[in-house]
Amino acid sequence: MKLTLKIWRQANQDAKGAMHTYELDEVSEDMSFLEMLDVLNEKLNADGEEPIAFDSDCREGICGMCSLMINGEAHGPEVTTTCQLHMRSFNDGETITIEPWRAQAFPVIKDLVVDRSAFDRIIQMGGFISVNTGAAPDAATMPVPKDKADRSFDMATCIGCGACVAACPNGSASLFLGAKITHLGELPQGQAERNERVVNMAAQHDHEHFGGCTNIGECSAACPKEIPLDVISQLNKDLRTAMKQGR
Amino acid sequence: MANQKTNPPATNQPAVQTSDDAKGFYTLGEKIEDTKAPAGPIDQRWTDRKFEAGLVNPANRRKLSVIIVGTGLAGGAAAATLGEAGYHVKSFCYQDSPRRAHSIAAQGGINAAKNYKGDGDSVHRLFYDTVKGGDYRSRESNVYRLAEVSPNIIDQCVAQGVPFAREYGGLLDNRSFGGVQVSRTFYARGQTGQQLLIGAYQAMERQIAAGTVEEFTRHEMLEVIVADGRARGIVARNLVTGEIETHFADAVVLASGGYGNVFYLSTNAMGSNVTAAWRAHRKGAYMANPCYTQIHPTCIPVSGDHQSKLTLMSESLRNDGRIWVPKNKADKDKDPRQIPEEDRDYYLERIYPSFGNLVPRDIASRAAKYQCDDGKGVGPGGLGVYLDFADAIKRMGRDTVEEKYGNLFDMYARITGEDPYVTPMRIYPAVHYVMGGLWVDYDLQSNIPGLFVAGEANFSDHGANRLGASALMQGLADGYFVLPNTIRDYLVHGPYDAIDESHPAVVEAKNDVEARVAKFLSINGERSVDSFHKELGNIMWEYCGMERTAEGLKKAIGLIRELKKEFWSNLKVLGTADSLNQSLEKAGRTADFLELGELMCIDALNRRESCGGHFRAESQTEDGEALRHDDEFSYVAAWEFTPNETGTNDPGMGTPVLHKEDLIYTAIEMKQRSYK
Repeated sequence: MKLTLKIWRQANQDAKGAMHTYELDEVSEDMSFLEMLDVLNEKLNADGEEPIAFDSDCREGICGMCSLMINGEAHGPEVTTTCQLHMRSFNDGETITIEPWRAQAFPVIKDLVVDRSAFDRIIQMGGFISVNTGAAPDAATMPVPKDKADRSFDMATCIGCGACVAACPNGSASLFLGAKITHLGELPQGQAERNERVVNMAAQHDHEHFGGCTNIGECSAACPKEIPLDVISQLNKDLRTAMKQGR
Repeated sequence: MANQKTNPPATNQPAVQTSDDAKGFYTLGEKIEDTKAPAGPIDQRWTDRKFEAGLVNPANRRKLSVIIVGTGLAGGAAAATLGEAGYHVKSFCYQDSPRRAHSIAAQGGINAAKNYKGDGDSVHRLFYDTVKGGDYRSRESNVYRLAEVSPNIIDQCVAQGVPFAREYGGLLDNRSFGGVQVSRTFYARGQTGQQLLIGAYQAMERQIAAGTVEEFTRHEMLEVIVADGRARGIVARNLVTGEIETHFADAVVLASGGYGNVFYLSTNAMGSNVTAAWRAHRKGAYMANPCYTQIHPTCIPVSGDHQSKLTLMSESLRNDGRIWVPKNKADKDKDPRQIPEEDRDYYLERIYPSFGNLVPRDIASRAAKYQCDDGKGVGPGGLGVYLDFADAIKRMGRDTVEEKYGNLFDMYARITGEDPYVTPMRIYPAVHYVMGGLWVDYDLQSNIPGLFVAGEANFSDHGANRLGASALMQGLADGYFVLPNTIRDYLVHGPYDAIDESHPAVVEAKNDVEARVAKFLSINGERSVDSFHKELGNIMWEYCGMERTAEGLKKAIGLIRELKKEFWSNLKVLGTADSLNQSLEKAGRTADFLELGELMCIDALNRRESCGGHFRAESQTEDGEALRHDDEFSYVAAWEFTPNETGTNDPGMGTPVLHKEDLIYTAIEMKQRSYK
């Protein structure tokens, strides 16, 4: 198929960016979206234009490195990551708009690449259970009810890609934060630090200039791992409890 | 420290090599020995080593610094653990966050000798299975230690909040996995690697907050600094600003993963590379058994020239799916549903009636290749075989199949656009893991003092073939439990004399990196980096893949040398050195893959035997099965780099020097595998 691509190009964090238009022929529907960009980049390189910078690594939907707003949707039209999106989801002759994640907390580094290090800093403020190597009791000493273990797992599948933030009109990371609070909060091991965790992580979230949650739900709709919106209720509930108890 | 104990009697003699297929491509050096493995009964060695290793006073630890390259299971776990102990750790990764390292993509699970199922598992049995699975080409002391620490890994991960699968009673669930008869695999649905990595990542982030670990993301190590005979730091490129930085420490740990991307197409991440390991190799670290590659039989086939990577599907699919190709070549483009039963060849069931579709990975992979070589392959390029669930659906019902394999079927459908409930899946083997890597002793220290290597980047535990669910085990064993105990025996002699930018070794390393970067940008040729990488991958896959011959390997070496020459004269990299430049990053990686590829071929050429993932057509039984030659090859091939004479930017490789480490077993006897 033949495509018209409108792609955001920006030389560096301080430069002014702009949309550029490229025509691409002979796109196979079996290509992944990123392979389509690889083909475009090979063409640009041959034509003497610097290839477009974009992030990807595992290309199997699990590392969370890839991103892209595709026609205004985070990770494009399917419920999956951009790397797992294939060109058969598009039509011959279509114009596709490709932009980086848009959020104040995720500054653009170059073209389609953004800086998501704010997520690491949120985790640093409490997204863990404090247990030094070697200090763990036998794994069988603490049974965990299956439903709790399963819910914990479901929330732990968050890949930290940032689609929730990019999709949110407020640029909030509440879904990311709620997923981690719920992952650790559902487990007995996570109880000792539960109050402190939510207070500190939420403070860091705000400090990084992520916006507040106004229950719009775009985040959950955009999430490639289908993290449900109710983790934000859990986040608010935990935060309320912690504040009441003075941590 | 000398160990007064003596080893139990050996069950084999040192190898004496009589063949010399790689004559002219290498020179033979001195034998190498692992001087750190304690003697004595195998189950006492690790206890003894931990006791003999020096202790560092807690107050002195913050004065000691360690650089760790890579943040996967091995690197992330080591950074967290050394940070907790109070050392000053600097952690590097090329990704934008430590959480993205490719350990995250591991699906199946992690083995541990917990024996929670009471089915007769034990440390000794896990040790036995791992050595046997590795086709008796691993070091027994290391493997025993791996099995010994495996239960601690599960304890640690559970305490961190890793949500392993549980039974209704709330206790941990286990499943069985490839080629073993006990249930010892712990798992978190099909995302075990992700959950374990996030556990290690969170532990590491906690130490960043505590101030013991510093993280350097979007940084790529491009040189190791070896000063006065010790590894003392690295040269890294800040991938955002392009700045060439130097970082110093008392010790350097490489936990930089495997080099499967030398084949271009593999199940590795796009960025997975050999550069950290290869730069260390060029500085004197031996590369061991580089030809040992694991090729996984159940991957989604290539769909066209645009293919950038391959996706693995869990081999559990072979439990219920039946593998076949059309008997008649003419049928290969037909709709498979129209091919009647009598015109199908269920070749694994036919050739291996007792194991059928469940033969080990290497045998299943090779059998698929033979069918495709024979012109019976299906799908694009004739590179695929059918994996058919029609019988399973008839037998168990669609719902049961969906429950067991639904997520895999969905993934297949998403990638291929075909519905595997209706038409048979197509699968083809793909490069998945490398057992080879930098040579290390029992302490995980390379032959360069102060340079340690952990995880897939080292060679030590899997021999010639890795069993399923053992990669995660080894990464975390190295990172949490082995390295932190052995590195202190090196650090106890520190801090080493401070070095700075003016040290000649630092100046040289930094200059080399800058010159190389400048060289890539100045060639101004016609071909993109990817085109060279793809061509190298094709050569490697064709001649150094599932089946290798002396003739093919020699041809490959010639082709690689030609390609290398063209690379350095006809490469085209646009953009600048002082900005984010992904083509430039790829150029450095591909340059190193080109050199590694040649060494892999030389190693494969020398090893005129078939073992594990290495199959030499010249060494097979009458039935076409792999034939080992323990008398000639029960050794580790540790290769030393020698530069050649030409230029500074493209010094290429001189003739490598082979150092052999004898593999002597005391706790196990070597046997030949059979799966008929």
